[in-house]
Amino acid sequence: MEEIVKEVVIGEQEEYIINMGPQHPSTHGVLRLVVSLKGEIVKNIEPHIGYIHRGIEKMCESITYPQIIHLTDRMDYLSAMMNNEAVCLAVEKGLEVEIPDRIKVIRTIMSELSRIQSHQLFWASYGMDMGGQTCFFYGLRDREKILDIFEETTGGRMIVSYSCPGGLMYDIHPNFQKRVKDFIKYFRGVLWEYDAILSGNVIFRERTIGIGTLTLEDAVSYGITGPSGRASGFACDIRKQEPYSAYDRVKFNEVLYTQGDTYHRYLARIEEMRESMNIIDQLIDNIPEGPYFVKMKPVIKLPEGEYFQRVETARGELDVFIISDGNKNPYRVKFRSPNFVNLGVLNHISKDFKIADLIAIAGSLDFVIPDIDR
Amino acid sequence: MLLNTISNALSTLSEPWWKVFYDFSSLTRGIDEGLRSSMSEFWAVTVEMLIIGVVFLLFYAVIGLFLVIAERKVCAFIQNRLGPNRIGPFGLFQTVADLVKLLFKELIPIKNADSFLFNLAPYIVIIVNFMVLAALPYGKGLHAIDFNIGIFYVIAVSSMSVIGVLLAGWSSNSKYSLIGAMRSGAQIVSYELSIGLAIITVVILAGSMQLSEIVEAQRTGWFIFKGHVPAFIAFVIYVISGTAETNRGPFDMAEAESELTAGYHTEYSGIKFAFFYLAEYINMFIVAAVASTLFLGGWMPFHVGNWESFNRIMDFIPPFFWFFGKTFFVIYLIMLFKWTFPRLRIDQLLTLEWKYLLPINLVNVLVMAFLVLMGWHF
Repeated sequence: MEEIVKEVVIGEQEEYIINMGPQHPSTHGVLRLVVSLKGEIVKNIEPHIGYIHRGIEKMCESITYPQIIHLTDRMDYLSAMMNNEAVCLAVEKGLEVEIPDRIKVIRTIMSELSRIQSHQLFWASYGMDMGGQTCFFYGLRDREKILDIFEETTGGRMIVSYSCPGGLMYDIHPNFQKRVKDFIKYFRGVLWEYDAILSGNVIFRERTIGIGTLTLEDAVSYGITGPSGRASGFACDIRKQEPYSAYDRVKFNEVLYTQGDTYHRYLARIEEMRESMNIIDQLIDNIPEGPYFVKMKPVIKLPEGEYFQRVETARGELDVFIISDGNKNPYRVKFRSPNFVNLGVLNHISKDFKIADLIAIAGSLDFVIPDIDR
Repeated sequence: MLLNTISNALSTLSEPWWKVFYDFSSLTRGIDEGLRSSMSEFWAVTVEMLIIGVVFLLFYAVIGLFLVIAERKVCAFIQNRLGPNRIGPFGLFQTVADLVKLLFKELIPIKNADSFLFNLAPYIVIIVNFMVLAALPYGKGLHAIDFNIGIFYVIAVSSMSVIGVLLAGWSSNSKYSLIGAMRSGAQIVSYELSIGLAIITVVILAGSMQLSEIVEAQRTGWFIFKGHVPAFIAFVIYVISGTAETNRGPFDMAEAESELTAGYHTEYSGIKFAFFYLAEYINMFIVAAVASTLFLGGWMPFHVGNWESFNRIMDFIPPFFWFFGKTFFVIYLIMLFKWTFPRLRIDQLLTLEWKYLLPINLVNVLVMAFLVLMGWHF
């Protein structure tokens, strides 16, 4: 109560302050936005975060490196594969282990599958934010197929914990290649439905084109990465800039637009699904034979020093920074999570638009709240 | 006594009992005469009103529950799902179970809410619904009140439901509700114009505002076929603005769940929420029923020129079923809109009305008047 009174005093006269969240259908989790309105027009947004803060970075300091993998699943739960990979790559860099090609290729395929399912969920929930509830079921129908593939190989559907320092937890399931190929074939066939029901819809285009425009300068200065940044023309794809795993051996286009509005942030994700399918196409038949893990010491101890790794998750650049003092636990771990940084731009681009636009803009930045709070 | 009267009325029918489905007027006249012969006129009218009231209460509940399950089945069909399928055959009793649940739910009192208005709002919405239902022609002779300004009455009364919505939003003392109610007010007031003008187009063609006469005028052909292009344009505009009038997607600005959680009925619980929920579906039924009465011939069967045998087969289907068939067709159209389109923004909604529908409508009315003047319609 006290807090509310304070906010009313802070807000200008004639401003109408509403709390969106922590429980709100369109904040996709426990994000709380304190929104000042003038009629229907959004004047100011103050994001309040921390409702799902678990102290993952602090917890990492008291557990071993293989255990950290399991915590990273819980940050951006839609990019669990990429999060796992990021920590593994950092640790492997520190140990100077040579990773066989088979592991690299499988990790890349898994990351791209993960990206597709994340963008499918984005599409599904974005449709729902816009009021088209049918999208949600179409999106989840297709996502289910990828989760089934994950389940068969890793045993988990979202919380996969698949990569581990030195390789993979398990070898791929014998069905894996066939199922992935079936899925790609199926999904190429149904992707037009996504365009038919949402991208091409007049109402949807009216609601998104020219809304919440983010210029290239702002994207760079706010550090907006991932499809949201690339929609503004910021070439920030780590897969191109600093190729890791098997990305240096595949051909794909970095999806870039210059408009930077809500519609192009949306479109960038749809196009990325197509690019991801191209990447998987190139790799799925060429998985080299070999072991799926490198024999490591029973207790992994990173030599003293600082280790840094960047990967491209479905939402942008995830940086892992590990300081080791030579023990089995890291001295300090820092994750630069894309969602936290992307949230910063919300107020900047949705000022002076309407409430409905705020939902559209926030949806197009595609937040995963546990990744913001960590 | 009542049963006696009805059975007497039935026995006075010269035709077999099922003929009543083709023309209800003999049944209703029989009941009326039976009552008047056994009591004074005042009591006879009172009893008739009571009977009609009870019939409409039942009708209201049955139609409401049926439309809820129909909507869930239609959206399940569109979304590759099965929909409710546990209670009863094909889940048909799911909504009955839901209603029972809502009846037993606690009515949560809201702190600092204007409790009188808060409790009044759902009843206003419901009463408006009943008042409109009474004026609709459901079949030949199945018409509670049939007066000379029937369609005018329907427009006038149905626009009162906005009061209920505004009261609900204002009195719940909740910010989301207030925004929802304000949106709803702007929306219903603007789209009322389009509905009115679309209806006027038909009234010009029919030359009457009495609903029974409008239906009778379509004996030679439904107005949507009779009135050339203007009638078709009026039908399209009517369906669009009717969807907006009922606050349904893609025009569900008032309760835009992804923006305002549940809009004007965010704070309602239990049976009061159920009233709003049912009222939305009955509103949809009313919009569809008026559309089928004005444009699709009401209870008139489908006739094609001089195909005698075809017309006779069509006549064999009772008018009652024709009316509900057409109404449910329009309802299905409205449901399709909701489950395929994303939502508009409030300013786009008003732009659509004031900049597009209203001018088109005004021109359309003129064109229709010209057509009727020259006698160019069929």
